[in-house]
Amino acid sequence: MSDTLPRDAAQPRPSAAETEDDVLVRVENLVKHFPVHGGGLIRRVVGQVQAVDGVSLVVRRGQTLGLVGETGCGKSTLARCIAGLIPVTSGKVTFEGRDITNLSRGAMRPFRREIQMIFQDPYGSLNPRHRVGAIIGEPFAVHKTATGAERKKAVQELMERVGLNPEHFNRFPAEFSGGQRQRIGVARALALRPKLVICDEPVSALDVSIQAQVLNLLSDLQGEFGLSYLFIAHDLEVVRHVSNDVTVMYLGRIAESGPKDQVYETARHPYTAALLSAAPAADPDAAAQRRRIILTGDVPSPINPPEGCRFHPRCPKAQDLCGEREPVLETKLGDPVTHLAACHFPLQAGEILARDAGRDRR
Amino acid sequence: MGITRFLVRRILTGILVLWIVATGTFFLFFARPVSVVARQLAGRSATPQVISQVIRNLGLNDPVTTQYWRFLGKTARGDLGYSYYKQIPVKTILAQDLPITASVVVGAVLLWLIVGLSVGIISATRSRSLFDRVSTVGVLAGISMPVFVLGELLILFVFLPLNEHGFTWISTGYAGLSGGLIPWMGHMILPWITLATVQAAIYTRLSRGSLLDTMGEDYIRTARAKGLTERRVIYRHGVRAALTPVVSQLGVDIGGLLGGVVVVEIVFSLPGLGAESINAISTGDLPVIIGFVLIASVFVVVANIIVDLAYALLDPRVRIT
Amino acid sequence: MSVTELEFQAHAAESAPEQAIEGRSQWNLTWRRLLSDKMAIASIAVILVMVALAIAAPLFVSLTGHGPEQAFTNSGTTRSGAPVSPGTHGFFLGTDYIGRDLLVRTLYGARISLFVGILTTAIATVAGVAVGLVAGYFGGWVDTVLARFIDTALAFPLLVLALALAAVLGPSLAIVIAVISFFSWAGISRIVRGQTLSLKEKEYIEAARSLGAGPSRIMFIHILPNLLGPVLVLATLYIPTAVVFEATLSFLGLGIPPPTPSWGNILGEAQNYYSVAWWYVVFPAAALLVTTLAFNLLGDGIRDAMDPRTERIFAARRGRRKNKRKAATEPGALPPLTVSELGE
Repeated sequence: MSDTLPRDAAQPRPSAAETEDDVLVRVENLVKHFPVHGGGLIRRVVGQVQAVDGVSLVVRRGQTLGLVGETGCGKSTLARCIAGLIPVTSGKVTFEGRDITNLSRGAMRPFRREIQMIFQDPYGSLNPRHRVGAIIGEPFAVHKTATGAERKKAVQELMERVGLNPEHFNRFPAEFSGGQRQRIGVARALALRPKLVICDEPVSALDVSIQAQVLNLLSDLQGEFGLSYLFIAHDLEVVRHVSNDVTVMYLGRIAESGPKDQVYETARHPYTAALLSAAPAADPDAAAQRRRIILTGDVPSPINPPEGCRFHPRCPKAQDLCGEREPVLETKLGDPVTHLAACHFPLQAGEILARDAGRDRR
Repeated sequence: MGITRFLVRRILTGILVLWIVATGTFFLFFARPVSVVARQLAGRSATPQVISQVIRNLGLNDPVTTQYWRFLGKTARGDLGYSYYKQIPVKTILAQDLPITASVVVGAVLLWLIVGLSVGIISATRSRSLFDRVSTVGVLAGISMPVFVLGELLILFVFLPLNEHGFTWISTGYAGLSGGLIPWMGHMILPWITLATVQAAIYTRLSRGSLLDTMGEDYIRTARAKGLTERRVIYRHGVRAALTPVVSQLGVDIGGLLGGVVVVEIVFSLPGLGAESINAISTGDLPVIIGFVLIASVFVVVANIIVDLAYALLDPRVRIT
Repeated sequence: MSVTELEFQAHAAESAPEQAIEGRSQWNLTWRRLLSDKMAIASIAVILVMVALAIAAPLFVSLTGHGPEQAFTNSGTTRSGAPVSPGTHGFFLGTDYIGRDLLVRTLYGARISLFVGILTTAIATVAGVAVGLVAGYFGGWVDTVLARFIDTALAFPLLVLALALAAVLGPSLAIVIAVISFFSWAGISRIVRGQTLSLKEKEYIEAARSLGAGPSRIMFIHILPNLLGPVLVLATLYIPTAVVFEATLSFLGLGIPPPTPSWGNILGEAQNYYSVAWWYVVFPAAALLVTTLAFNLLGDGIRDAMDPRTERIFAARRGRRKNKRKAATEPGALPPLTVSELGE
């Protein structure tokens, strides 16, 4: 069993019309702004960081939604809003049809068993003073579902399932490698058999060879436990292998979303195309032939986003309209109803963007 | 602009604190049965006539609220009461004692800052050298030493032997500046050393540690890479940043400083504010104590404002808060 | 499988399968390092001796036949009324101005000092940790109010407070304990609050919240264990501060009222006799200094033992050869691939 190459995600279900039973989590027009305090005698609010500015998405049962974007596009914030870790400024989050937006800690508690998170930093997400057994067993302790020998047995089973030696129950996180720590995090997330697992860049901090192992683990577990994933990453290739559907975010808004194959093969939004072109290709010949699209300019600040389409200052295809009117997220150019893009001038099939890399790569 | 706003806020806070202290003082001392209060105010050896005089003069039979406002008013105007024991206004007593206490405080603070910072900086720059090791031991010894013990030891092993051999420049007691600078210093030098030693030890350790941390920072490395001389790197960049924890420590130490001053005055027989108030405990002269408490609070508040100001000048980020 | 995972498997197969492998906790490592620090051992020894002497004080009373407050005006003072020197008439350390046995009084003074030092620090630690945790974790207005409170208590001139209380209520042990606790609490609280504020942002805290853990669980089960190290160092360093405070207050007449002996008030009495009776100053002072120094050294030792980085820097300077020898012979060292003493 070779663990060094990532396997593809389970085959996606045929894209039927959106049935409510299928939908596990629905996010509607989520907005999250962070106030910026200015100086002066009294602390005044002088601006807002528009971290998430009107995002809607859906995660279906047993499926994986990949969420991609650059640093600062708001994906982590979005994840935390869905998990109920930070309050939402406006919009709605529903889980299995029930509204879980901004619930009190007590009301949110039962949902915490269903929605779990895996974090990015294997070194920071585990309490260094707790033994591994305690870390994995904490969900049981918090929700009072198992104690003593029963808990220990459950923990050791989990450890085994994620590929750790159950006898290391009493060790401290410091004694494990990065990849192993992420497995501990996975075991912890699975303890209560949740329905949704939000993976916030779970492999970004790991070595490439370890990444594949952890991704395969996640994939196996999805089938075995019937999990749904909201998989956040900034690496398109990682997302490609695990997701059924993909959403691309830019500066707090959705640029494009749809089934994986649609988005990857017929990207409509220039930003998506740029991201795709930047991802390293496994085949060196194809890489040499491919033209890289280099975006100019820096990512603008979320406190003061550009007018109209937020991407327009960096977009090779931008025109006057782009700076005036914000594009609507909708199907373009005869795409299936599940493939949406927010662009005034979406890419045609086979279109190559005008401004691309000046020099070939040698 | 930032600085003035900062200053205004600190001053306003300071006034608030002073008001709270005055209120606390009032309730601590006056909110008890009249006879008890009167007797304490009049002093241990007061006759009944004096006691009734006290009750009359201070209106102790009036309702508490009236007394409170009267107290606040008098304090704000600087009238701190009357010592029946000594038969002079408290203000006069305090004014007499203030120069002595001030000499001790100012001299000691200067001494400890100069010594503490210089030894600390040199130790940091010559880390692990003989100088550093010796000063580390010295620091440890200094920190463990209570002020009054040090004072007594100095008297026992410095003052007495010197005196016996006819060297009388260093002595206990006080000689005012009017008698000449040299005699004044002779009387002050042991008190200064006593008060400064423990603090100098603390500040040496603090500045050494702080400077060592700062010197490890990347921007110091950049400064060196730019070609600045080591001396400039240390003094213009390193020390300035390393100074901030020292200044904030100074703010905390103000309160402790008062304690040290009182002790030093007792040990070295200096008739300053501290000694005065301790004596007032044994004689039961409450007005003096009340006056001392109020003056001390003013001192602490003002000193804290100055320290905060220094901190803000050193670290521009602070001004925003 | 990665190389480390293979090693783990091999290791596990070799050891007895029923026995779960025990990890080395940070406390374990700290304790071992502490034991190898000679200064720290010496300090612990001194403290234990001091405590033993204090507890055994009544023993000395029966040994010498002198009580701590008994004035032997005949055998204990010279004809002119001055204290007698050490060794005369069975007074091992001499007497004080009214002929009381200095040795016995010093030992009883040790009881007071250690009692006050440890009790006030214990109170201050519990209160300080609780307030610091709450202020740091909840933030917002709770923190603003508590932080102000802490700052005020810190900046408070202790002596002035003691003075005022002693003036109104008369000096007593209770005042001493109250005043010292009031200050020490604030100092500890400030540090705990600072640490909590930074620890609160760690990802594992967020992870705990995502599991559904409530504030008390997060504060006491997650944050507190990470605080205990610094708090222990702090407490150990506050004990001598408390001892010195008590001595100072008693010296000034604001603390333990005579005739109960306290190092401070003995030294206060000695003020008038230092020119004729050096022992009156030296012995209580020595006791005070030794105790204070021992606690300070111990606190430093614990701090160094908890922070292995300092040890590494010194070790590197001392010579690589010596360091290698040391690492090789350290008993029961963990497999080299997995040792990570940097902790978190």
